[in-house]
Amino acid sequence: MKRMSAFNVTSLTLGFAFLYLPMVLLIIYSFNESKLVTVWAGFSTKWYGELLRDEAFLDAAWVTLKVAVISSTFATVLGTMAAYVLVNSGRFLGRTLFSGMIYAPLVMPEVITGLSLLLLFIGIGLDRGVLTIVLAHTTFSMCYVSVVVSSRLVSFDRSLEEAALDLGCSRFDAFRLVTLPIIAPAVISGWLLAFTLSLDDLVIASFVAGPSSTTLPIKIWSAVRLGVTPEINALSTIMIGIVTVGVISASLISKRKAVRDAADIRAAERATA
Amino acid sequence: MRRFALIAVPYAWLLALFLVPFLIVFKISLSDIALAIPPYTPTMEDGLGALIEGLDFENFWFLTTDDLYYKAYLSSLQIAILSTLLTLLVGYPMAYGMARAPEEWRATLMMLVILPFWTSFLIRVYSWMGILSNEGLLNQFLLWLGLINEPLTILNTNVAVYIGIVYTYLPFMILPIYAQLDRMDDSLIEAAEDLGCSRLSAFWLVTVPLSRSGIIAGCFLVFIPALGEFVIPSLLGGSGTLMIGKVLFEEFFNNRDWPVASAVAVILLLILIVPIVLFQRNQQKQAEAET
Repeated sequence: MKRMSAFNVTSLTLGFAFLYLPMVLLIIYSFNESKLVTVWAGFSTKWYGELLRDEAFLDAAWVTLKVAVISSTFATVLGTMAAYVLVNSGRFLGRTLFSGMIYAPLVMPEVITGLSLLLLFIGIGLDRGVLTIVLAHTTFSMCYVSVVVSSRLVSFDRSLEEAALDLGCSRFDAFRLVTLPIIAPAVISGWLLAFTLSLDDLVIASFVAGPSSTTLPIKIWSAVRLGVTPEINALSTIMIGIVTVGVISASLISKRKAVRDAADIRAAERATA
Repeated sequence: MRRFALIAVPYAWLLALFLVPFLIVFKISLSDIALAIPPYTPTMEDGLGALIEGLDFENFWFLTTDDLYYKAYLSSLQIAILSTLLTLLVGYPMAYGMARAPEEWRATLMMLVILPFWTSFLIRVYSWMGILSNEGLLNQFLLWLGLINEPLTILNTNVAVYIGIVYTYLPFMILPIYAQLDRMDDSLIEAAEDLGCSRLSAFWLVTVPLSRSGIIAGCFLVFIPALGEFVIPSLLGGSGTLMIGKVLFEEFFNNRDWPVASAVAVILLLILIVPIVLFQRNQQKQAEAET
């Protein structure tokens, strides 16, 4: 076992304090009785009540959730197809352009992506609304999905798929019955990534959203620009809570699965020995 | 035939929603502003001849006449470079500490680094507003300690922008460096120390060079998005904070000058082409080294 030096312990402690302290303070102050965010006036949950009665926030949350589910599902299908093409399809016309278009949106500044999509939608006369946000989110998040999925596909043993084909599977069945179950963890994490990217996006949505399709980040943005408010602290706390529970339970599930897989492998080895 | 469809669907999607929009931005950057909907001329309906004749470099010329723009580009570059270095300074010791931590802790530490990445970016930036303001928690704390007599002005200055960028992009720096350090063979350090290196020089001569590609990847992952950043300077920066992403946003929405906003976007992309290409090379080299 490696020895942790005092320096390592200190840098990790300070580093994680830096990462988590602002969010912890935000959570604490969401339970503050006072309207003044910086003065502690006793414990209260009244801001949560006010938040839940605010129709505008609930509407925005609903739009955001709808957009995230639809766009991350499309992005997962398109991104998985793109990853499959990139890893398995050898040469085809415009391959360099294709892989460039997969990687470029990952590093493109959001203001440029947002601006260019808005100009396209106006150019073809598409009214801004839920549809345009879904199209925009699908486009940038499919690139993230394809990066996640292709890293898994690279390590996938193609002879398994070929064996299925030799045994009479159609190409689609071979993909559905052999390849997909093996790359499923990457597909699922791709979907989750696309989902959170969509929930989180402010800049691109500000460009392509119409007046009737305000998402939660846009709503938070307009409230936050006026300063710190206890309702936003409460909303932030709820969002941080959902994410924390989600990430921790996902990692517990995958850990339990890893333990079970390891046990299966050991049992199989014992059986064949 | 089926293979063709498999390629064609994502390909067509990206062409239509990534490449074509970008060509439109380029085209509009060469157009003139007009009091119409859409507010630029010539449009597609004017016919191809008028379309090509009507294009000129006026907007790019305009960017040189007002020193707001080149100041914004320069100060964006400065903020992005300096905050990338600061992120490296904070992130490297953390990545190093994680790689040296006992095996059974590493998965947990890794999750603690990733968790903020899943949390809303906007909320993470917002959380600093309550800390950095004049009557905020940081000032209250410093006053209570007696280190200062009057509250410091931090919110709405560039210092707050630096803090915001380091804070929100820290996971992007830690993860690639940690990935490199984690697979490093410790016996190399022992060998260096056996051969007479001090701990520090072994770190400089062995550990840092071996983590180089992680450092490069991390720096690009922070620098590229930081350069076009819009949310952080708008929330934490002041009126004196000039960043090109913010200028573009205001040019487009407040001044409604679409051609100039497009020209600003085109130049921002030109500045970013070099780091983006270098980043891809670095990723490719690393991928080849692994196989």
